This record gives sequence, structure tokens and C-alpha cells, in this order.
Amino acid sequence: MFFTYLRRELRRRRKAALVVASGLALGIALVIVVSSVSSGMGKAQEKVLQSLYGLGTDMTVTKAMETSEEGGERPERPRFSFDAQAEGSGEEQSTDHVMVQGFQSLADSTVDKVGEQSGVADAVGGLSLQVVKVSGEFTRGRFQQDGQGGQDGGQGGPGGAGGAEPSEGGRVQGGGADFDVNSYSVYGTDVTEPKLGPLTSSRITDGRTFKASETDAKVAVVDSAHAKEKELETGDTVTVKDTKFKIIGIATAESGDAAADLYLPLKQAQTLADAKDKVTTIYVRATDSQQIDSVKSAIQKNVSGTTVTTSADLADTVSGSLSTASSLATGVGTWLSVAVLVTAFLVAGLLTSSAVSRRVREFGTLKALGWTSGRVTGQVVGEAVVHGLMGGVLGIALGLAGAYAVTAISPTLQAELGGGAGGSGGMGGPGGGPGREAAAKTLEVALTAPVGLTTVALAVGLAVAGGLVAGAFGGWRASRLRPADALRRVA
Amino acid sequence: MYELKGVTRRYTRGKQTVHALEDIDLTIPDGDRLVIQGPTGGGKSTLLQMLGGLDRPSSGEILLDGTDLAKLPEARLTRVRSESIGFVFQSFNLIPTLTAQENVETALVPLGVKTKERREKAAEALAAVGLGERLGHLPAEMSGGQQQRVAIARALVKEPKVLLADEPTGNLDESMRDEIMEVLIRMWKELGLTFVMVTHDSALAKRAPRVAIIRKGRLTVEENPGT
Repeated sequence: MFFTYLRRELRRRRKAALVVASGLALGIALVIVVSSVSSGMGKAQEKVLQSLYGLGTDMTVTKAMETSEEGGERPERPRFSFDAQAEGSGEEQSTDHVMVQGFQSLADSTVDKVGEQSGVADAVGGLSLQVVKVSGEFTRGRFQQDGQGGQDGGQGGPGGAGGAEPSEGGRVQGGGADFDVNSYSVYGTDVTEPKLGPLTSSRITDGRTFKASETDAKVAVVDSAHAKEKELETGDTVTVKDTKFKIIGIATAESGDAAADLYLPLKQAQTLADAKDKVTTIYVRATDSQQIDSVKSAIQKNVSGTTVTTSADLADTVSGSLSTASSLATGVGTWLSVAVLVTAFLVAGLLTSSAVSRRVREFGTLKALGWTSGRVTGQVVGEAVVHGLMGGVLGIALGLAGAYAVTAISPTLQAELGGGAGGSGGMGGPGGGPGREAAAKTLEVALTAPVGLTTVALAVGLAVAGGLVAGAFGGWRASRLRPADALRRVA
Repeated sequence: MYELKGVTRRYTRGKQTVHALEDIDLTIPDGDRLVIQGPTGGGKSTLLQMLGGLDRPSSGEILLDGTDLAKLPEARLTRVRSESIGFVFQSFNLIPTLTAQENVETALVPLGVKTKERREKAAEALAAVGLGERLGHLPAEMSGGQQQRVAIARALVKEPKVLLADEPTGNLDESMRDEIMEVLIRMWKELGLTFVMVTHDSALAKRAPRVAIIRKGRLTVEENPGT
């Protein structure tokens, strides 16, 4: 009888059922969209952080550059010297300068020291370098006395004037420089630890990555953007400071910018930079993600002078539209969902209560026939729960459609990282330029709204809860109904 | 058998106290047919509700076979209603979404009768009031007289000891009225019920062996020796 009565009532009061279910559906759909967008924001932030750290890295250890007043290492200023060639020789000269980028270098032994700290599962070093290559023709000018044939003289330095200069009794003609400056980043990576380090933020899209045995090999992995720009392919050779490296693979950054244009075995990078046994960044993986804070404290305490940056620290520095949207989703979105949901619950409750008022005679009659208050209340609650479940189904459908729409549109969000003061030594990634301040890095990530099973389970829970809240309102009224009053009121 | 001793019912309406029943003494033997008459607002329906355990007196005793309905806890009073008392209302009070058979079944639900038996009994009760062909009809698909017959079947399907009817013909025309009264009196005789009916209709009152008249909460009982 319960189900027959329930079915008939729901069919008879379709419009009322639809109104209650729609209200609940709206609230539930909003909860699904907001939680899926929040989850998408989280994933976007993870992507941003991974683009700096690489997958599996819980924190980085660096040492900030000291200013000249503090008297430490100073960023090198590159200096280039070229001998002028005779005019018309056509010989191209080039030289490249390799320098450590972003941070003060740390001794290799620091990697071991960090690795020995409690809670550290693994620690590997990386060396971030900047290569500046100048190449071109540098020709002498010709000194020409008035009325006489010229003789070689003067020298066209970099940027030097190529035109004639007046001089006493004669002048220099011709000569000058035609050169190109090419700058790119190189990252020395520990090939024995392929699961940790800068290359983990990229995916090998052609060729292969380093083998553990290639510590001393003259091999390189090139970032796909750099490869495209320089028209490099797997199997080609790239020359850095007169050393030729064979390109074994092309890496593509998972999101945003790559960690470097060129990846070399750490030992090769150290040799190029004349930084034997030096690293700039130590990548650390903790044994337990819950222990990251304690590991950070241990490293800071035991390895003095270093800066430990966790993904949480990094996340705090994220600004731009991603940060704004994330704040909106977690702040306004959450409160909006709660407000709509509470309102939907209340409206459903009031509508159910009002429906009971309209059915006073019906419930009064049933009580007169010997139906207990519990049985009458159960009938009311049953109807409300079905309304809730209808709202849940409708809300899940709406919410999934909303989340799908967000994913389909995939609005692009910008994440600005590490802009401004680099008091903490800047970020662990190679985005920081030379000097104390880390350069701001802007990444673009597409927002998705993934709906997990937990979210759907939450929606079903909310639907049942909404039905129960509404049923509680109506059931309370129905249980308080005295049959004599009910029948007298409608007599 | 009903025994009412000093039954008084007062209730407040705004700032006024209404004396619906004042010190009523009444005995209704088993198998009796009693008609309650009186002016509107005189307390007829209140008395019927007291007899049916739908309301409780402010003071006094309402004994049904020796059990004081006034003092019974709500759960037991509900049990008494479900087992021993059948109600017929002026407005039929059928559940609009349920068929005739399902409406009759609602009276058997509190007794825990199994579905199959419930259906059979409901069909039999409807056949007894001449609606054996209308089991699957909704109230809206039936005439007033047919609806009231469904209500009578609902009241009697559980084989109660007492049938209480509040203006059962009040919403019916004259021919329907006679038809319903014929059914009620037939069932009363067949089932040996105690039948108490509230009515404004003097013609119906004249056919009853005993008539109780309530005026301003006071009760007087008259016998109709000719019936």
C-alpha cells in the first residue's frame, strides 16, 4: 500500500513534485559544478607547479644569490673577445659563454646531506645554466691617407662603427661587425635518477630520454619548442662551447614553459660551466606527503644557508586569473552553493509542509481509520525523499552538463609565478634569471571541471538529505495533526 | 456497549470558552441504532468524535465495553479505532488518488492484513454495497452515492463493532439518500452493529428507534416506539 499510495500521489501532484525537485536540483547542480571547477582549479595549480618542479618533487633546495654588498658569488658578466679579420675574408667567428643561472651553486655533497635527512626518500641535484653565444664576422677597417692607397688599421669591435672615421691626415674606411647573439638555457640533470628532476615536467615525444649509464656521454635532450625554433631533430648534433652533443630525444613540456631548452647529463653541464661538483637546485621527494613540513624544517635546520621551497610555498606565489578564479571558486562559489542548497532545502521543506496542509482531510481520515502518526509521517517522508531523489537525478544531470560545458569551453587561466621579490631565493625552477630576484613566469593552463565519483556520491547524499529535510517539515506537521481537528477543519 | 458518564467538552475559540458538551450521560447498548439530532453547533459532531475516540472529553468517562476511551494512551486509542470503529463522513473523505478497492484497503492496512487477503476482502465489501464492478474506479469517476457506498464499504470491511456516521446523506439528493440509508440499515441488521448516526434530516430520525437531541451541549433521548 505504501508504494501504491506513493506512486499515485507522485503522479497526481506532478507539478508540485517537479517544483520541489527542480529547487533541489538547482542546488545540487551548483554544488557539482563548483566542486568540479574547484577540483579543476586544483589540477590546474598542480600542473603549474609540476611545470616548475616536475612530477614527484615535493620540494626544492636552493641557495639565493648574494648581492655584491654581501660579498658572495656574483653573477658573471659575460665578456667576448674577437680578433678582427681582413676585410673580405668571409670567415665567421663564434664564441659562447656558459654561466650558472639563478642561484648560488651548492656543493655536490649537499645533495647527499639533504638525502640523509629524516623523511627524505630521494634527493638529486640539477645545474641550471645559461648559454650566450655570439657569432658573426668581425673585419678590420682600412686606414686611408688622403690621396694615398689605404692600409689596414683600426679594429671593428663588437658593435663598433663600420663607417669612416676622420683622422689626422687620413681616415679608416670599411671594417666593422655583423654578429648574432643567441641565448638559451641548459639544465644538467642527474641521469641516474630519471624519476626526479627538471626533465620530469616534460614528456619525451621523440627519441628517448637519458640512460643511467650516460653520465659521461655527450648526449642531449632538446625541448620541442627550442628544437622547432632551431630546426633540430633527434640524431642531429648541437654544439655548446665547442663540445658536440648528439640529440637523443625531444621533450615536450606538459604545461607552460619547459624547464630548459637543452638537457644534458649533469657531469657534462658541470664541465661546460666549469662548476665541477656543483649544483644549483636539489630536488627532494619525501617518504610521506604528510611529512613535507617536518622534512622542510629538518633540511632548513641541518643544511644551513639554503632555502627550501615546497609546493605549498610555491602555490602561495601563484597569482593571476588562476589564483583569482581559484579564490572565487573556493570562496564565493562554495558559499553560493551552500546558500542555494540551504534555500532549496527550506523551500522544499515549506512546500512539503504546505502540501500536508492541503491534505489535512486525507491524513485526518487515515488517522480516523487507525493509521498511526508514524505511518502517516512515513508516507509524507517517503514522498519527500522521492522528490529529493528526483531532484538528485535532475541535479546530477544538470551538474554534469555544466561541468562538461566548462571542460568543453576550457577557459584559459593565467598563472603568474614568482613575480616580485625573491627574498626566499625564488622558485626552484629555472624560470628565475640571474641575480637575487627570480623572474616572474606566466603560464597558461586550460581549466577543466572533472566530476569524480565522490562528487556524484555527495550529490546523491545531498538529494536524500534534501528529501529528508523536506520530509521532516511535512512529517512534523502530519504527526501533530489530531484527527478531530483535521476533520472539524474541513467539515 | 457505550456508557458515557458526565462527559463535558469545552474548548477555547479566541478568548471565548465554548461548552460543546455539558455533563452528558448516555448508554448505547450493543446493536442499538441511535440517531443524534440538534441545531448546527449544538455539539452533535463533537459527541460522535468522542464516541469514535477522535477527541477526548474535558471531563467524564466514555466507556466502550468497559474501557475508558478518555484515558487510553494515543497508541491504544488508535488500535481501538482501527479494530472496532468504522466511520462514514458527510464528504465521503476518500483518498482521491486511490481506486475504490484501494480506498477500502486503507482500513485494513493498520490491522496488518496481507496484500492478497486485503484485496479480496475489499472486493467483497464493495460487492456487498453493490460496487463489485467498480473496483478500479477513482473517486472522481463515481457519483456521490457511489462514493459514499465506497466509504461505507471502507468502514465495514474490518467488521467493526460500531459504525459512526456523520451526516452520511448530507451531500446527496433524495433518491441517493434513500439508497444509502437502505444500505446502512441493511448492513446494520446483517452485521449486528451498534450504529450511531448524526443527521439533520427529520425523516431519517423518525425511522430510528432512539433519537438523542443535543441543544447547547445538553442531551435528551427520545424513544420511537413505532420503529
